[in-house]
Amino acid sequence: MTYMQKIYLLIPLLPLLAAVVVGLFGRKLPRFTAHLFTITGVGASFALSVLVFQDVLAGHIYNGAVYTWLTSGHTSFEVGFLIDPLSAMMMVVVTFVSLMVHIYTIGYMHEDPGYSRFFSYISLFTFSMLMLVMSNNFMQLFFGWEAVGLVSYLLIGFWYTRPTAIYANLKAFLVNRVGDFGFLLGIGMVLFFFGSLDYQAVFSVAPQFADMNVEIVPGHSWSLLTVVCLLLFVGAMGKSAQVPLHVWLPDSMEGPTPISALIHAATMVTAGIFMVARMSPLYELSTTALSTVMVIGAITALFMGFLGIIQNDIKRVVAYSTLSQLGYMTVALGASAYSVAIFHLMTHAFFKALLFLAAGSVIMGMHHDQDIRNMGGLRKYMPITWLTSLIGSLALIGTPFLSGFYSKDSIIEAAQMSHIPGSGFAYFAVLAGVFVTAFYSFRMYFLVFHGKSRWMEAKDDHGHGHDDHDHDDAHHHGLGPHDKPHESPWVVTLPLIALAIPSLVIGYLAIEPMLFGHFFSNVIFVDAEAHPTMHELAHHFHGAAAMGLHAFTSLPFLLAASGVALSWFFYMKRPDIPAAIRQRFELVYRILDNKYGFDAFNEKFFAGGSRLIGSKLWQIGDVTIIDGLFVNGTARLIGRVSAIIRHLQSGLIYHYAFAMIIGVFVLLTFFMKK
Amino acid sequence: MLDNHILSLSIWVPILAGILVLFTGSDKNATLARWIALAGSVAGFLVTLPLYTRFDRADGDFQFQEGFDWIPSFNIHYHLGADGIAVPLILLTSFITVIVVLAGWEVIQKRVAQYMAAFLIMSGLMIGVFTALDAVLFYVFWEAMLIPMFLVIGVWGGPNRVYATIKFFLYTLLGSLLMLVAFIYLFHHTHSFEIVDYYMLPIPMEVQILIFMAFFMAFAVKIPMWPVHTWLPDAHVEAPTGGSVVLAAIMLKLGAYGFLRFAMPIAPDAAHYLSGFMITLSLIAVVYIALVALVQQDMKKLIAYSSISHMGFVTLGMFIFNPLGMEGGIVQMISHGFVSGALFLCVGVLYDRMHSRQIADYGGVVNTMPTFAAFAVLFAMANAGLPGTSGFVGEFMVILGALQQDFWYAFLAATTLIFGAAYTLWMVKRVFYGDIGNAHVAALKDVNRREFLILAILAAMTLGFGLYPAPLTEITHATVTQLLSHLAQSKLPGTI
Repeated sequence: MTYMQKIYLLIPLLPLLAAVVVGLFGRKLPRFTAHLFTITGVGASFALSVLVFQDVLAGHIYNGAVYTWLTSGHTSFEVGFLIDPLSAMMMVVVTFVSLMVHIYTIGYMHEDPGYSRFFSYISLFTFSMLMLVMSNNFMQLFFGWEAVGLVSYLLIGFWYTRPTAIYANLKAFLVNRVGDFGFLLGIGMVLFFFGSLDYQAVFSVAPQFADMNVEIVPGHSWSLLTVVCLLLFVGAMGKSAQVPLHVWLPDSMEGPTPISALIHAATMVTAGIFMVARMSPLYELSTTALSTVMVIGAITALFMGFLGIIQNDIKRVVAYSTLSQLGYMTVALGASAYSVAIFHLMTHAFFKALLFLAAGSVIMGMHHDQDIRNMGGLRKYMPITWLTSLIGSLALIGTPFLSGFYSKDSIIEAAQMSHIPGSGFAYFAVLAGVFVTAFYSFRMYFLVFHGKSRWMEAKDDHGHGHDDHDHDDAHHHGLGPHDKPHESPWVVTLPLIALAIPSLVIGYLAIEPMLFGHFFSNVIFVDAEAHPTMHELAHHFHGAAAMGLHAFTSLPFLLAASGVALSWFFYMKRPDIPAAIRQRFELVYRILDNKYGFDAFNEKFFAGGSRLIGSKLWQIGDVTIIDGLFVNGTARLIGRVSAIIRHLQSGLIYHYAFAMIIGVFVLLTFFMKK
Repeated sequence: MLDNHILSLSIWVPILAGILVLFTGSDKNATLARWIALAGSVAGFLVTLPLYTRFDRADGDFQFQEGFDWIPSFNIHYHLGADGIAVPLILLTSFITVIVVLAGWEVIQKRVAQYMAAFLIMSGLMIGVFTALDAVLFYVFWEAMLIPMFLVIGVWGGPNRVYATIKFFLYTLLGSLLMLVAFIYLFHHTHSFEIVDYYMLPIPMEVQILIFMAFFMAFAVKIPMWPVHTWLPDAHVEAPTGGSVVLAAIMLKLGAYGFLRFAMPIAPDAAHYLSGFMITLSLIAVVYIALVALVQQDMKKLIAYSSISHMGFVTLGMFIFNPLGMEGGIVQMISHGFVSGALFLCVGVLYDRMHSRQIADYGGVVNTMPTFAAFAVLFAMANAGLPGTSGFVGEFMVILGALQQDFWYAFLAATTLIFGAAYTLWMVKRVFYGDIGNAHVAALKDVNRREFLILAILAAMTLGFGLYPAPLTEITHATVTQLLSHLAQSKLPGTI
């Protein structure tokens, strides 16, 4: 094993080791060891990832197996690593955000009885996510895919006494399983047709199958690659929360805020985006699949954004914003602009983790009141949180020169340039989404940080709004009218600052190498003739500075600016207007408030339907027919027949004598006739 | 000298230990009985270990063969041997026996010696089933092993145990008799009870189908396949914890083993001809039974139905006739042994404390039993087929294998990803999560050292095989290859 190979191994194994030690012995060890061990583990993992990243930049790509998981027939399943620019970048982002979240957690969870358990889980998550991004084959990808789902399940249900939390984690796991169902079938198709689960092997043979058709439904001939890509994309829809498998993500906010930042915003939910980008050699071969991807992304980007407008829970606003941004990334994938999607994934990881952690800081300042209607004017009390939130929000809405601008604007341009069916709609959706994003982001920003401090006017009951902590009667929830929020401790603000810096500059620095340079040239494959989007983007690109300057006169910027202005007018100047609109358009509000009815439908149709069919199969199939009719029926039949025959054994001699005489008579007749 | 009798030792060490335990007599000597039983089960496990270490992985044939004439006038031999399919199952049996003895340690207070002896003897007899290469010897072991199980359910079982025992008995007996008829037919044509001789015998198609169906009746009941499965939930509900563990972990596998050892290689053309039928029943088990499991209110019933659903993967894997499917089916058998065994033990841990198996009687158990809950969630996840646990490996292989046969087979099989997770985790949610459900839950004590040890061993096995299943498939590999090539050749007269 070479020196670098050992490092590759250490990167996922260190967080795993920390997770196991803290998980098994955390309750026995002193409290500080929980964060000491896990932060050491993930910190070392981050440092090594940076080292690997530099090594990859120097041109060293690694692809090899660690061990053979099993062999069956002629198929080998291996656990192995593919270290190339894509995975190296993901490793750095994952370990960096994870490290920040680890540090932040010291402050956020310091009163929680499950302190060590929490650290164990987030370290386990880091391991799982690293296995996912470092994989060189579909089997390990699936392992990481489900492992992050497991940790997400455990963390959403972290406060396991809360009914909403344990409902949300079950829902998240099952909805993700629906995605994994498609994903697994996709993997099965890959193995069957391409003969391997190894990325390189699959990518090298896939073009030979470009014109192959399969008949999944008899009489319907479909392109093999379209089927494969769509099945794999079902998995991505689950993990990356695309409509209609998005329903679990808003509910996942029941988990503690640090994991909302790490798992449900920055890393895990981007696994689907990462996967499609990784599979670009396959997706490039199916325009139909790309078109579907794009349309679904566009629907998610726009319609989930609308839902962000009416949320009052600070975390849910950010959650819907995450859904919408994931839709943007998906649109980029559909436009064959994989590198743009990954670029947005990266910038989004920084500013969305920042926004979530800042929201957590606000929640701490508000003593675990999450309702933005009770906030206001926090700017004065929590200056670092305020400033970093502002940076995050500006990055999110695509303010020129900030990180989100470069990635988001590139997505909008990509949608515009794309010739794939559905790109017209996608372009409209992402463009309209800019306005919506700016509106709900600054609605939240203004309501939280500006204006009057509404908790001072609030009545003494803290009935509305969630609270983000274990119910604990001694604990005080929400601020009283005379309380003043405090800025959070340094372990909380330090990660905010550390995330605000890349949110500001990473886009400016990275756009040229990532989108138009050679950074991804051997990783992401684009068929420039069939899908010339990236080519045209490059044609219009004249450097990051020029792009930023040019933006001030562009349509997206105007839309974003008007979104901000409108939210300022609505929520700072004339708060009566939103209320009036809400009354006027009661129906629209109700549709949005019911989240388009997805939850109700799933609950009634899928959950209720399965239970109904299950109980019918059980009661009618098993109990009535198999047991009642056949098993016990046979027993009863034998019982009845013997009950009748029993009468023959009356015990009376003359009955038997009579029967004998009859018998002899019958036999005699029979033989004599013969 | 003993080196050449590993299989005999594997069978007779636990049986003799069981008889020895019986000699301790009444419950006055219960402690002695327990310790002898433990020593016997550990010894029984240790003598099977050479099967793993000395197994020639390149050889698909029967190894460790031994034998002598038993009833020469009928050409009946005491002939033992184990191939790559039998070896993992033998090891599983001797391993689970140790677990079962430990699990019954303090829980069983009445007729301790008899209880322990029943499991030790049953262990030896079941290993006999896996190793017999003579049809009569097989039949003797096959029927004999049921007796201790009847006793375990009938003596130490729940209130409705008589109904469950009789149902179990009648279901099983009917099939076994038909199997005997098949053996007699085969003997008639070969004048031998050597199973290997049957593999070589050309048989016309109609007869093959009859033979296959006779074996089907015997083995499908054991697995159990839909629609002859309804004895299992009743048996599980009434059985004591140890009985459920052995039933789920090993006895169900005897049926699947029977298909691999008899029905398929003796009647390969019929097996191919009827594969659609077998696959259909398997898929019904996977989907139908999973939905039924979803609505169960009794934890043991739920896990029993889950077992049937998981065994559907085993039969599905076998009848798609490709290496992935067949090895996946075998892996699934072993994995299911650990996972279902562990789940029944978990229910046992709760039942010992609360004397209820009803999900509704629980709620928030994690608050009072955090360590236990961690184990339970792990095993639940394994039951839901999470990668990294053994529960994933078999399902994954079978689904990939099924897809090579027909997309829709894989499609239906893969629904287990959703339904399996739904029924398992919904139960976990209602039993373990939430606020403390009632005063009884509030008074629960977490697992003691003995329970911890048992669950930890099973957890290690579950994770071990999930992360590195290769040691298992290395053993089965050559045998499966050989079996598949045997199955690919027609046995119709005139084609050989």
